[in-house]
Amino acid sequence: MSQVPPSWQHVGRHELFPEAGHDDVARFDFLANLNGFVSGTLAPKVRSAYEQEVKPAFEQEQGRAPRDRHEVRKAMTGNTSYQIWSAARRCSMEMRQQTGRRLVLGQIDALLDKAAKRNAEPGLKLDPHIQQPRYAAAVDIHCMPGGYHSELTANDISAGANYDCGIFATTGGMLGRYNDGGGQALARWLQREHADFKPKRILDIGCTVGHNIVPLAQAFPEAEVIAVDTAAPVLRYGHARARSMGVDNITFRQASGEQLDYPDGHFDLITTSMFWHETSAKALPRIMNEIHRLLAPGGLTVHLEQPQYHEGMDPFEQFMRDWDAFNNNEPFWSVMHSYHLGDMMRAAGFSDDEYFETGIRAWVDADIFPEAGKGEEDYGRSAQWTAFGAWKEAA
Amino acid sequence: MSATGIDPTLAAAAKAKGKRPWFYEDPDVERVFNIAMALAMELAVTRQRLDALERLLEERGLLAQADIERFRPAPEAETARQLWNRDYIARVLRVLIQTAQGRSAEAEGVDQAMEAVMDELTRM
Repeated sequence: MSQVPPSWQHVGRHELFPEAGHDDVARFDFLANLNGFVSGTLAPKVRSAYEQEVKPAFEQEQGRAPRDRHEVRKAMTGNTSYQIWSAARRCSMEMRQQTGRRLVLGQIDALLDKAAKRNAEPGLKLDPHIQQPRYAAAVDIHCMPGGYHSELTANDISAGANYDCGIFATTGGMLGRYNDGGGQALARWLQREHADFKPKRILDIGCTVGHNIVPLAQAFPEAEVIAVDTAAPVLRYGHARARSMGVDNITFRQASGEQLDYPDGHFDLITTSMFWHETSAKALPRIMNEIHRLLAPGGLTVHLEQPQYHEGMDPFEQFMRDWDAFNNNEPFWSVMHSYHLGDMMRAAGFSDDEYFETGIRAWVDADIFPEAGKGEEDYGRSAQWTAFGAWKEAA
Repeated sequence: MSATGIDPTLAAAAKAKGKRPWFYEDPDVERVFNIAMALAMELAVTRQRLDALERLLEERGLLAQADIERFRPAPEAETARQLWNRDYIARVLRVLIQTAQGRSAEAEGVDQAMEAVMDELTRM
């Protein structure tokens, strides 16, 4: 019996979560299974086409194997298996967006009402002067029409609600009921490995709907947590979502991680989750410098990212992982994942002694998802990440 | 209609900013593929809905799912159902039927280029 993803009916529902009828659930279930088919059945055909046809032909012509992912990509262009896999993957992504947006926009009035009530509670600080950075607005990241930031109406939350409701289907439930497997894993890692570490002030940069910072806010209920993002719709949704889940120690602030107005050494813990690949070569060092400035001596900064293209990673594997960069509107993905993470941190002032890097898997509710975290590699979409960061030396 | 003035149907179908890559040499092929996948999804939704209906009817003792498996339509119903199938196939595959007819019509000289017909009919 082959593995099937859990039905979307198990998705974690909170007050802000869109109400779904039978057909909405069925659509997401179809999409989760389609994604399983695309990664489990079509993607392996791309590998065999490369190994059996494309690579031998390249070697015949060049007298050597492709050196890097760019050579593989050129060689694979026009290959039937690659076209079939790509067309299906792109189609599935677009269908997922339409499904989520139709669900959300069909009940927008009710969602706006719920959000407005929750957002009257303290903890949401929007700043209309914040400009969307080029890296957030040049294209709509992972093909979400309007990105994280566009507003279809006053006080819009639809970008957040659409993002929140579809992740479960896109990842086959691998990030857990509340899509918070990253944050859960981080909180558990801290409890297990650094039980004495009790941060008083926590900062999360690029928080979107706050799904990965909520578990940390719950793990440290005494801490004052600041979650920043440049996009208002996800902050409105994220704040209302956290409040409805009984979490009241997070302030959601509209601000750019490139320049924050907190004093030096203000935070004991600074996190990001699946964030860096959605920035840019210019913004990344600026944000990292801010993190170094804002981190208190003895403090920790830790980041979850999809795996880097480390030296020795098969060029074909890199090419497959690069798909999202070229075909799913993730323009910084390719370059970011070829960076040396240690160098990135060193450039911001962290020493080699302070730096660390480890692997981490999403933590999910095992009663509902016994197989989560053990599934097929889906080239950058799986719940297996690099956790890297630094402990800043105590003064 | 929402007080926001948003049309959920069209807004949900919006394109994401960024030039879309087309993977097949002929983008028309990919457009047809996308329509077929949308139909496949909606068919799955219908099947799931039917399955829910059958299970609910069974739960309430109105029908056993085995009744459906054992269902043998009476002769009249059998004919109606088979006619429905025939009609359905012609609806779905209309373009294939018409392509074949077009080839014959051309071969027999029945179908000519529209310009030729225009010329003929506009000649004084």
